[in-house]
Amino acid sequence: MSVTTTSLSRRDFLRSAAWGSAGLVIAMALPGRGRAATMDTQAANSSLIASDAAGFAPNAFVRIAPDDTVTVLIKHIEFGQGPFTGLSTLVAEELDADWSQMRAASAPANAELYKNFAFGMQGTGGSTAIANSYMQMRKAGATARVMLVQAAAEQWSVPVGEISVDKGRISHAGSDKSAGFGEFAEAAAKLDPPEDVALKKAGDFRLIGTDVPKLDTNIKTNGEALFTQDLHHDDMLTVVVAHPPQFGATMKSVDASAAKSTPGVVDVQPIPTGIAVYAQDTWSALQGRRALKVSWDTARAETRSTREITDAYRQRAQQPGRKAASRGKPEQGGDGLAKTLTAEYSFPYLAHAPMETLDCVIHAKDGAVESWFGSQLQTGDQGTMAEILGVKPAQVSIHTMYAGGSFGRRAQPGSPFAAEAAHVAKAHAKSRPLKLVWTREDDIQGGWYRPLNVHRLSGGVDADGNVALWDQTIVGQSIFSGSAFAAMIKDGIDPSSVEGAEDLPYGIPNFRVTLHDGEAGVPILWWRSVGHTHTAYSTETFVDELLEMAGKGPVEGRLALLGEHPRHAGVLKAVADLAGGLDASESGRARGVAVHKSFGSYVAQIAEVSQNEDRTPKVHKVWCAVDCGVAVNPNVIRAQMEGGIGFGLGAALYNEITLEEGGRVAQANFDRYRSLRIHEMPDVEVTIVTSDEDPTGVGEPGVPPIAPALANAWRRLTGDAIRDLPFVKIS
Amino acid sequence: MRMPAVVNIVRTASLAAVLGVALLGNAQATEIDADQQLKGPEAFEHIEDETERSRAMFKEAGKVIQHPRCVNCHPVSDTPRQGMDMRPHEPPVVRGPDNHGAPGMVCSTCHQPENVDSAGNGVPGNPNWHLAPRSMAWYGKSLAEICTQIKDQDRNGGMDMDELIHHMAEDSLVGWGWNPGGDRTPVPGTQEKFGELFAAWAHSGAHCPAE
Amino acid sequence: MKITVNGSSHEIDAPDDMPLLWAIRDRLKLTGTKYGCGVAQCGACTVMVDGQPKRSCVTPLKFAAGHDITTIEGMDGAEFEAIQTAWRAIDVPQCGFCQSGQVMTATALLKEKPAPSDTDIDNALAGNICRCATYVRIRQAVRDAADTLEA
Repeated sequence: MSVTTTSLSRRDFLRSAAWGSAGLVIAMALPGRGRAATMDTQAANSSLIASDAAGFAPNAFVRIAPDDTVTVLIKHIEFGQGPFTGLSTLVAEELDADWSQMRAASAPANAELYKNFAFGMQGTGGSTAIANSYMQMRKAGATARVMLVQAAAEQWSVPVGEISVDKGRISHAGSDKSAGFGEFAEAAAKLDPPEDVALKKAGDFRLIGTDVPKLDTNIKTNGEALFTQDLHHDDMLTVVVAHPPQFGATMKSVDASAAKSTPGVVDVQPIPTGIAVYAQDTWSALQGRRALKVSWDTARAETRSTREITDAYRQRAQQPGRKAASRGKPEQGGDGLAKTLTAEYSFPYLAHAPMETLDCVIHAKDGAVESWFGSQLQTGDQGTMAEILGVKPAQVSIHTMYAGGSFGRRAQPGSPFAAEAAHVAKAHAKSRPLKLVWTREDDIQGGWYRPLNVHRLSGGVDADGNVALWDQTIVGQSIFSGSAFAAMIKDGIDPSSVEGAEDLPYGIPNFRVTLHDGEAGVPILWWRSVGHTHTAYSTETFVDELLEMAGKGPVEGRLALLGEHPRHAGVLKAVADLAGGLDASESGRARGVAVHKSFGSYVAQIAEVSQNEDRTPKVHKVWCAVDCGVAVNPNVIRAQMEGGIGFGLGAALYNEITLEEGGRVAQANFDRYRSLRIHEMPDVEVTIVTSDEDPTGVGEPGVPPIAPALANAWRRLTGDAIRDLPFVKIS
Repeated sequence: MRMPAVVNIVRTASLAAVLGVALLGNAQATEIDADQQLKGPEAFEHIEDETERSRAMFKEAGKVIQHPRCVNCHPVSDTPRQGMDMRPHEPPVVRGPDNHGAPGMVCSTCHQPENVDSAGNGVPGNPNWHLAPRSMAWYGKSLAEICTQIKDQDRNGGMDMDELIHHMAEDSLVGWGWNPGGDRTPVPGTQEKFGELFAAWAHSGAHCPAE
Repeated sequence: MKITVNGSSHEIDAPDDMPLLWAIRDRLKLTGTKYGCGVAQCGACTVMVDGQPKRSCVTPLKFAAGHDITTIEGMDGAEFEAIQTAWRAIDVPQCGFCQSGQVMTATALLKEKPAPSDTDIDNALAGNICRCATYVRIRQAVRDAADTLEA
């Protein structure tokens, strides 16, 4: 992995976007008790404080202020998965800082400085934050440490080698001198950064591997954390957009007279994605939108129901598609085998439904654009806004805000939401800050779903009880096709459609995975763990059934097939140990297991399940083992496993976006697009497998195993193999 | 009885189709019920036998009593239902110690003194929004069972017949059924007519239907 | 409309059917109270009205006027402090967007039921959605807070 550390001068930094957000935050007028503290906390947490003017900026990531605070600029968006804490830990480790002096702030949009090495541009996704920052952030911290030590040595006139740094104190034992970082910030700023720095050995880590408290917890327990939704600006208008009721429909005509005369409404403008209503506040904007009379042109709209789309996919699944992986002689099918099994699975469209709906504050002025939002692919969003508003990308600043969840929703190849914000700004005659907000209904019905998929699997067991055949055909829309990530499609195979299936770890001699690109006019997007959301389910439930046909236990049978995959086997054994095996704790319950690798991390889970009175599944407990290499913050890793399990379980139990006849989305809000709620959340126990491997991500890998673990337990409990998700159909 | 289950484990797509059709049919039938006018006591004057007349009037009153608008909040369990399809209340709520919800999640956490129609499909409201006590559970019961229960002072909140008549004719939460707000289907007739019908039933011996 | 929020009286020039949520957020700029669904499904907008939890997104101003409204910014008291401390001790929040509402509801629960059972916790908080599914820790933090209050 290549690591680039580029110096950014203090003057550059003061001009940079992060600085501007402090200006905005401080300019806000906020009545009510308890707000004064908010401003201080927020300024310290989401941007840099004024004292940095005399601070030390050794590189693009580390800012040391005279008051000893160390602020780390985080190139990855913080929406709960923990990069503010994780990346700051890496810097603090090599800097030998005290955790209490650490702060984190979002880095500005600048692909040169802040690119994700996994993408080649700035962005967050694929559970890469720790993995791609591991060396870079440690090096940034180590560089700062070397420069501080050098400044101290010069000031104290002692050899560099005699100086030690511990918990934020720089000391020279011989002369009994000791000082904080801030004292040398100004002097260190005048030094040239070293070309190369030594990093600690793993055995010397003091912070990595410990549960340092999360930097954003305090302001997320008292309402002080500022999200995009919370920004206010003088002269700002709030904007909502009336979107077409079917995907691909466009506006034919609009009567906006009633909307325009709604109190508080300032402007109504057509934009490419619908009709924008600009108003003094959110409520007025919503009332104005209600008053619009729009007729839509559905000539090019997707008007099929999801039932029709699923049926079309099922037809295609009857024949093999383009080959993604193959070995042995899968085309011979079940000939000569003792037992065979064929199963068809269907997976619905899924909305991400992050708690904070999509929103963006944008202000186009004087040939520049300033924006504040939960941008997850900053480089693409920046370019898109620049193109629409006729400026250069460098003239578009993005303040990446805390975002209320994403689960993939904010990482948009092609940047349709940033584009809508730019069009909203372009269509309004006056230059002023505009806050575009989507309602929950806009969110649930707004598309960009996890694609609907149909899988067909044929498998078989030979006379000796070995699983000898695995032939899988997948039908689903390609996420990468036509997107900024299209280059990742190889030989016609979108890897995100077959990941987790084409690399099945089990040693099955006759093996094939093929793919048909499904076609539907429904906009789709990755959804927390992407292809693994469906491939883990079909593969881990299907192998469970094949092993049962072969007379083998779920854990032992899998282990026997995992000979060449020790890390899969490792988490599987670890979870079986943690749970004490697959025997349920009491009668009327059953356990199921699943193991799956995604984004470089290995996760196995065991779920214990019973039946509710209404015959729906009740998950009592989930045991989870994860191997993600070096565990930078075990507490965050456990939290991501817990959250991933709850997120995946809610979707498996309740979630589907359906299109009715004519193509309208049937669900609109959380009443029918149900989220898992607290009384449905199982207890979760997590064990982290000790590893010296480079760290890999944990934001997504906790999700894939839970649905198949549940399904395997449910089949054991009831005899029913659930092959069409979700488990519970909500009318 | 109405088909109670709206949340079903669906094992196969074809079963899903069957269930979907069944639920749709049920909902349509219920809406047709709701459109029928409620008959007042005068419509039963031709029935000479008082017992038969009384029973017939209670059966007519059953159009109101067994309407989803009413039954939804007379659950057997601790959780109400909602909508003409009588799906479980979402978000999930429980009756709590006094039928007004659980500590931290009371009925008035969401329900206002009046119907609020401004958000989504709106939130129905009444100053005294709450669940009927468990002893007054109607969900899943026959009209005959409900009738016996209504008359039983051990189960009807200790109301005598005059108090019952007053309750049916005057109580504002009962009256909500005719003014449910939003696009909700009201129960048939008017509260005044229902009150007259109920009083006539009471005064004709308060006989319960056989089933 | 005149409303009293966190002890201060405010004159709001708005229609009387405007939800309290938008008066709090857009007019008073108290942004700890969040919009998550607008239809009382998610609980992110929970405030206290006369000490009882209310979904401000479905509370029209006309029903808020004349009552004592408290948002997360104005919360204090033993239960609130115990909840906040317990929340911080085990790093409950992930994205954090729902947490104001979770904290408000949990505080309301402890005020009425200082030693809640797990069922009480589930019943109170079933109306507060957390898409990050921090529920395991929410449950634990409420238990911890109750223990603190008892001690």
